[in-house]
Amino acid sequence: MTVSLHQDVVCAFCGSLCDDLEVEVENNEIKKVKNVCAIGRNKIMHQQPHNMAPLRVNGKECSLDDAYNEAARILTEAKAPIIYGLSSTTAEANSEAVELAELLNAAIDNPSSYCHGPGVLARQHVGMSTCTLGEVKNRADLIVIWGANPMESHPRHFNQYSVMAKGMYVPDGRKGRKVVAIDVRPTMSSKNADIFLQITPGSDFEIINVLRSLAKNLKLEGLTDESLVGGVPLANWRELVEMMKASHYGVVLFGIGLTQSRGKDLNIEHILSLVDELNRYTRFYAIPMRGHANVNGSNQVLVWRTGFPLAVNFYRGYPRFNPGEFSVFDMLIRKEVDAAVIIATDPAAHLPQAAVKYLQSIPTILIDPIENLVTPWANVVIPVAPAGIGTEGTYYRMDNVPLRLKKIIDFPCPSDYEVLHAIKERVSHVKNS
Amino acid sequence: MNSIEGLLITVRTGRQGAAMEKGKFSAEYIKEISTLVINPEDFSSLGLGSEKKAILKSHSAEITVTCQSVEGPKGIFFLPLGPLANMVIDGETNGTGVPNYKGIPVSVTAVK
Repeated sequence: MTVSLHQDVVCAFCGSLCDDLEVEVENNEIKKVKNVCAIGRNKIMHQQPHNMAPLRVNGKECSLDDAYNEAARILTEAKAPIIYGLSSTTAEANSEAVELAELLNAAIDNPSSYCHGPGVLARQHVGMSTCTLGEVKNRADLIVIWGANPMESHPRHFNQYSVMAKGMYVPDGRKGRKVVAIDVRPTMSSKNADIFLQITPGSDFEIINVLRSLAKNLKLEGLTDESLVGGVPLANWRELVEMMKASHYGVVLFGIGLTQSRGKDLNIEHILSLVDELNRYTRFYAIPMRGHANVNGSNQVLVWRTGFPLAVNFYRGYPRFNPGEFSVFDMLIRKEVDAAVIIATDPAAHLPQAAVKYLQSIPTILIDPIENLVTPWANVVIPVAPAGIGTEGTYYRMDNVPLRLKKIIDFPCPSDYEVLHAIKERVSHVKNS
Repeated sequence: MNSIEGLLITVRTGRQGAAMEKGKFSAEYIKEISTLVINPEDFSSLGLGSEKKAILKSHSAEITVTCQSVEGPKGIFFLPLGPLANMVIDGETNGTGVPNYKGIPVSVTAVK
């Protein structure tokens, strides 16, 4: 019997990329995981060699060569293919996907186009004063959580990096920080806050506008301290602005409650502008609470390779960028793609039904370690070794810090990178012959 | 049958995340993604049957959900992200690339 203990393992579930996991392996099977949340544990315990998705073409078992050849046939015969996903795989696989997209004159997009993509666009417009999670842990004495519920979506964030963490200049941890939660309902996260401001849905833009005005000491015509702004008295917003100005090191952690609500990218532009303006009084930063573990890496790699972070289109032979036109959801709704590579994501679980229905009507190649809701109807299904468990590679944490993921156990299948490379070689052969 | 109108907001939950990673065909995942969280007063006014089932209807579709009473604002309903919630979201993004996952006008009607 071979038993090994792996320390400082990086969890590949959410954008927190907790890097202190301990994984116990016995005979190439993961037996125990410590220092992990329930979601991370389930992911690691479930993504093992005996749970792999089937290798199939049109519902029939096949060889890897058959699957690669069919994938290459579908993609070379398509006039407008899309490569979509990449948020739960390595930066190396992302880079290979961009090369395949360029070779095919395809569109390429990742889930950020409908999650934190509005925040990415806002950063292009107004920039972002930001910091690392290490700085939040060691310095932040005011944390504002806006439209995010990390206790449910990033369960170890508070303990590892933010609200509860003890840091160099915050040795008392939670007692050394003020925490404000802004949300449309009480949550597990808001229960950890000193102040909870329950706002009306869709009022974020208006609220941030008022906060910026208060920060600049502008007179708000027609408003008194009792006037409600987003369902909360103006006096409370005034108190928040004073707290922000009085803090030594403030951070806004924002979630998809802001990016997916009315205003979308404009909400984020506004809040990043507020953060920038607060730097006239103190040190203030913003960090997006990125969801999928390497969705940030997808944006990073697309920017290196094409100049654009999401919704990139090579149909004319060169990269074009236009969110809303080349975003995966809009392209599917408008029926503008005729074949799809789905990799390291599950659009059938994430996208509205009309897009999924169209996806079901076109040839689809699925590359994913385990079965998901696309597996039953994808034309080609290729299982892969999961990143951070069966293959190594680079992921980008929500604060843009790259971390190297380890290989822990062997899998009887290739990595995402190897699959994309093999398909690319075959597409290249077809195009050159 | 009692019915109320309001706004649907799709959300992440810890249970949804944990169940999803065990498998999206698991009973645990399906149960979580079909659990609609509503305000206690709204919950009472619906007069739900013993199984707490209700029809959630939007402009796009109608789905069957199981209601759960949790502290929160009146007239706002919360459903975990997933294939069920995706049925009631329409195809409009207003040119942003982002569907309207939050703030969808819906009605909730008790199933007796």
